[in-house]
Amino acid sequence: MTPGLVGFIACGDDERAWDETVAGVLEALGAAFDVIPDRGGKPAACRRTWLDTFDWRLHRAGLTLEYAGRPRGGELLLAGNAANSASPPSPPSAPGTPSAPNSADAASPADGAAISQPVIGWQAARPHLMCELPDGPVASRIGDLVAPRALLPVVTATSATTTCRLLNEDGKTVARLVVERTSIPGPQPAPLAPRFAITEVRGYPGAARTAGRLVAGAPGVEPATTTTFTEALRAVGRLPGDYSNKVDTDITAALPASKAAATILLRLLDTVEANIGGVLADTDTEFLHDLRVAVRRTRSALKLFGDALIGRARLTEGEVAFFAAEFKWVGDLTTPTRDLDVHLLDFDDTAHSLSAAKPDDLEPFRAYLEQRRRREFRLLSRGLKSARFTELTRAWRDRLTAIRDGNPGTRAAGVRSGRERGAAAETTGTLAMERTRAAFAKTVRRGAAITLESPAETLHDLRKRAKELRYALEFFAPLHDRAAQAKVVGELKRLQDCLGEFQDTEVQVGEIRALATAMLAAGEAPAVTLLAMGEVTAGLALRQREAREDFGRRYAAFAGIDGQRRISALLRGKPGR
Amino acid sequence: MRIYATYNIKGGVGKTTTAVNLAFLAAESGLRTVLWDLDPQGAASFMFRVKPRVKGGGKALIRGKRPLDDAIKGTDFDNLDLIPADFTYRNMDLLLDANSGGGGASDTPGGKPARKLAKLLAPLADEYDAVFLDCPPSVSLVSENVLQAADVILVPLIPTTLSVRTLEQLAGFVAEFNGHRPELLAFFSMVDRRKKLHREITEKLSVERTEVARTVIPALSVIETMSVERAPVVVFAPNTAATRAYRGLWAELRAFGEERLPS
Repeated sequence: MTPGLVGFIACGDDERAWDETVAGVLEALGAAFDVIPDRGGKPAACRRTWLDTFDWRLHRAGLTLEYAGRPRGGELLLAGNAANSASPPSPPSAPGTPSAPNSADAASPADGAAISQPVIGWQAARPHLMCELPDGPVASRIGDLVAPRALLPVVTATSATTTCRLLNEDGKTVARLVVERTSIPGPQPAPLAPRFAITEVRGYPGAARTAGRLVAGAPGVEPATTTTFTEALRAVGRLPGDYSNKVDTDITAALPASKAAATILLRLLDTVEANIGGVLADTDTEFLHDLRVAVRRTRSALKLFGDALIGRARLTEGEVAFFAAEFKWVGDLTTPTRDLDVHLLDFDDTAHSLSAAKPDDLEPFRAYLEQRRRREFRLLSRGLKSARFTELTRAWRDRLTAIRDGNPGTRAAGVRSGRERGAAAETTGTLAMERTRAAFAKTVRRGAAITLESPAETLHDLRKRAKELRYALEFFAPLHDRAAQAKVVGELKRLQDCLGEFQDTEVQVGEIRALATAMLAAGEAPAVTLLAMGEVTAGLALRQREAREDFGRRYAAFAGIDGQRRISALLRGKPGR
Repeated sequence: MRIYATYNIKGGVGKTTTAVNLAFLAAESGLRTVLWDLDPQGAASFMFRVKPRVKGGGKALIRGKRPLDDAIKGTDFDNLDLIPADFTYRNMDLLLDANSGGGGASDTPGGKPARKLAKLLAPLADEYDAVFLDCPPSVSLVSENVLQAADVILVPLIPTTLSVRTLEQLAGFVAEFNGHRPELLAFFSMVDRRKKLHREITEKLSVERTEVARTVIPALSVIETMSVERAPVVVFAPNTAATRAYRGLWAELRAFGEERLPS
């Protein structure tokens, strides 16, 4: 019951030639088989929408999720996306996907057979959070991978699939040919090249091999190395994985520092702008999270190497300070909503971890949080739609683009002409080395000053320095040896996790206290709820104490002699220990 | 996985046509189904247009030298596979008894020849929901294997006085089994309503005996044309009395299974 599958695609872009190719394939198969179309040759039509999260979590996990609309309800189909690589299609004898009439893609799923789940009332054109997807095999496979993100429609296509049975001399079906003709709907539908798949009937691998050979030899046919999904994406001008919140630039060590700084900051601005729509539509909480991280990185970048933007025909010191202040405003604008998101995202886990109180005791707290979030979200939304924000992103892009695409001259030219001074005159390699080393030294220094008696603020301050160092490492990652970078980041990340746990629990305790006071004042705080909130804060305080106790060990691992060697090796471009 | 076997000591009573049609209906209802054609004549294989030949030989299959999985062929129908007949099955008694020291049908120190088919079928449990065994007409080690492997024995009966005696003999034989005991569901096959005796016997026994199905399969020429069409009658003659009868029998068999068998 698990036929193999081999796929082909018609060459070229000429629709008329495609018709001839289909006819040629049928003629080629006729040499060895009786070719009998199912349903009298009437194609089965299907509207298909591929789904993924905004940051392509399914694609990155090697999965493709498709919603296929049916006359009664629809179906979610989860398969591997191995055909996205340029690998040849599976041989007909290999185990592969079931012969679903609408899955004529070339390769078998990365993790075994495709799985499906019927869904009723699914509106493919709108985002869906995982909590909206009923229990089923697809939901259980992707639930943890997708949440808390929403599944978004990525691209929609209509496919007309014709299946032909290939009969042997006994009139027995020994293989099937599936011809899939897909187009992207719109005012001017964009047809994709027809695809052909030979599916094996169990126990007749030889017939499928013969059929595969005949199709491969038909004029105008080539092996399919991409899926229908990737072709559909290409038709709408997109690529799989075309969004990432990573600061992935192509800066080089020889690039003038000002250009590298502008390139990095423009990449961050791309991320900010890419997420605005999702934040305003409140599609899922990760849009705001990504936007905030990009803003925080922007502010850290300005702190780390904002001076590289200063110079003639670039920015003044005052302008850098202005933009830094404006991005602080954006960061502050987003904080209340994000803080409430964090409480709500953790809410169920928190409620079920209570031992004395019951989970339901916290429900008034949830209602209060949701009410507060609605209010804060309105303020956030107003801020992001404001002229101030629009003008900030417009001016910032204009200025950065001018610096990146302008002609600041090389360092040597700058020195000769006397036009370039300070960081702006450096190459990116020098800037990266200096600033990363300085950020490391500052983090080590601040950490060394912390004792058991130090107030919480000192750990908070260290967390900010560690974050700056982490960002410096990320910004200049294209210049570093990947393995050496991974070693530095590994210990740094563990220190950051410890500091993050300490700080976040402290902030959450403070917020819950403030919220409890506000709920009490508003007359919305039953006694059991306040007691439950007390238990939550007690749990947080315990976690904070554990993080504090862990700090010494984490810091020593990061800043000790091995840590110093690792950072030196990274900045020298040699592997560390 | 539920195993159904069509069995009767007599030949020509409708075992194969029943197995072919019920296996198709099981597959059509969504059950992953396989039909094993155990009759060396290979009539069921013929009806599904599959050559009556097992890859690697039926001998190796029965002796467990090759997995059953290797012999499975896809039919033209979704959810329905077939293990074809093989001419070596004419000696299946000998093959089944090969490791037992020739001690016959009972369990012996050399092995359990009567449980061999059950053992061969066990690995299919993950892949199939329903197995149909189409048995050759005999009383032999093969039939004892079938009775030991099956959850339900479907017994086609021609409406004669002797058929009652046949059913009683079979019930008595099964009752002597230690441990596994299949359920028996008999049904009247090749019934000619024009014959008074047929009418009387079918009506009487259907009421009197709980192991006799209410559905009867009439004697119709369209059923005989299965060997010409080489397909289940349900497929090529969907709006006929024959199809309605097989659908009724399948519905009764499913209900029978749900009532009597552990899920």
